[in-house]
Amino acid sequence: MLAMNYRGPYRVRAQHKAEPAIEHPNDAIVRVTRSCICGSDLHLYHGMVPDTRIGSTFGHEFIGVVEEIGPSVQNLKVGDHVLVPFNIFCGTCYFCQRELYSNCHNTNSEATAVGGIYGYSHTAGGYDGGQAEYVRVPMADVGPTVIPPDLDPDDAVLLTDALPTGYQAAEMGDIEEGDTVVIFGAGPIGIFAAKSAWLFGAGRVIVVDHLEYRLNFVKTYAQCEVVNFKEVRDMAIHIKKMTDGLGADVCIDCVGCEAVGNAMQSLTGRYMKLQSGAATVLHWCINCVRKGGVVSIVGVYGPTFNAIPIGNAVNKGLTLRMNQASVKRHLPRLIEHIQAGRIDPKQIITHRVPLEEVADAYHLFSSKLDDCIKTVLIPPRTASATAAVPV
Amino acid sequence: MDQAVQSKQAGHDRSRYAHIDGWGADLDRRNCPAYPMERTPPRLENPPTHAPEQQPVKVKVFHSTERSDITPIFGSTVPPSGISGRLRAWAFRYSENNVFHWLLLLLADRVNMMEGIGGDLRRGHMPNLFREMGGRAELKHNPVGFARKVAIASVVVGVGCYFFSRRSRRID
Repeated sequence: MLAMNYRGPYRVRAQHKAEPAIEHPNDAIVRVTRSCICGSDLHLYHGMVPDTRIGSTFGHEFIGVVEEIGPSVQNLKVGDHVLVPFNIFCGTCYFCQRELYSNCHNTNSEATAVGGIYGYSHTAGGYDGGQAEYVRVPMADVGPTVIPPDLDPDDAVLLTDALPTGYQAAEMGDIEEGDTVVIFGAGPIGIFAAKSAWLFGAGRVIVVDHLEYRLNFVKTYAQCEVVNFKEVRDMAIHIKKMTDGLGADVCIDCVGCEAVGNAMQSLTGRYMKLQSGAATVLHWCINCVRKGGVVSIVGVYGPTFNAIPIGNAVNKGLTLRMNQASVKRHLPRLIEHIQAGRIDPKQIITHRVPLEEVADAYHLFSSKLDDCIKTVLIPPRTASATAAVPV
Repeated sequence: MDQAVQSKQAGHDRSRYAHIDGWGADLDRRNCPAYPMERTPPRLENPPTHAPEQQPVKVKVFHSTERSDITPIFGSTVPPSGISGRLRAWAFRYSENNVFHWLLLLLADRVNMMEGIGGDLRRGHMPNLFREMGGRAELKHNPVGFARKVAIASVVVGVGCYFFSRRSRRID
């Protein structure tokens, strides 16, 4: 089968490899019909995540058709069109019993902080991802959700990570009616966090980024205020001026370890790897939020350490909340929102690319070329039915 | 009352948000199916009744020293091999709490990259770095940037060749 193949930092190619097989009685094999490149895939692509092995296939946002099921699978049948949450989870461990599916203790041998994630290095369990024609889906009885017939596949694929992560970012912010919410990052997660902040009753939503085309998009799509940090001398002063000197009630980090905006953070975090990526946005969040406010973090950071002003967080009495999204928990409500027309996720898709062109798709997304916001990869067998355009 | 507090309270008027699709739909989050954030038992349809059985171990799989053994479910893709595999084995002697564990894994990744190029050449496949690094997309969507990168690379290679040739002449 054709699959994305990681060859080293900034190098990927489409290459044939063996089709996956049932390895556990509760596995399923899914024929992928769409997969996305996620912003967090770029951390792998840039070589930022430890234990990312050559030959790995990325892709934790995908939907597809069940082709084969293991002998113990009862909740799925061959032919079901399913969306597959990016978390691989067992449903029975201590953490799954508390609905912390992203922290499942039974699906990732190589690390304890996070559970298994499709195509996200051996630090997240060593599973191949969905940027391929076929993918092994473990714990098929608990992870996948059959796509409702009235749900557009483009909406469904965004329910596997991007939309639930943005929604959970807002949820963790504990937004109260009328709150001012500042969201750092106008990528897909930040866009959905902005949209979700309104659902939770925010009074003001301000999105911060430096890419004008993304700020223009989010301004229209999420009806929010925008700030280009390249035009701001000091982020904390700017946000405080916008909020009567108090600071925002909630700050949300939707950027993670590859933030730009602070030369020292970029040098030590992104280039010298002296810390787990640049903590620029964490710094901004802590210093822009009001005393007693909430900082919500869904941006991805590496496993070692970061330089953040934790003393300020203590002195301001902040609440810091963070986690990978527990996708399955959010699906019923988010499907309701889509069906009710409150959110139209597929609008953020800017590029549809054949899987064969995966290297160009990664470069396009990584370098923010051609006003790219979200890229969908179409495998060969699906390409004839959908409009995939070489980049 | 503090002016900032007055200003915040004055801004609270629901009619201001009438133009925003879905504003406040999840304001009372107790009505949301996902409330609260953590709940036991989990809200799964047909939840599993027992822990998953052990997946057969057919390839080398490392496990964190913070665990007693391999997890019931694991990924079996790209098992460790070569020098990078030995570095990874070394890394897994240290806990995730030890930064040495992570630095060794990053080192193994870089070694693995070189092993990948070696493996390609052994199979008679010359890696197409231009294509693998998305050169076609760069050329199409950022031709000026592409030209700049080519110019910088040419200067670097040219300067390198110049100094190398001078050094070779001195040795002769």
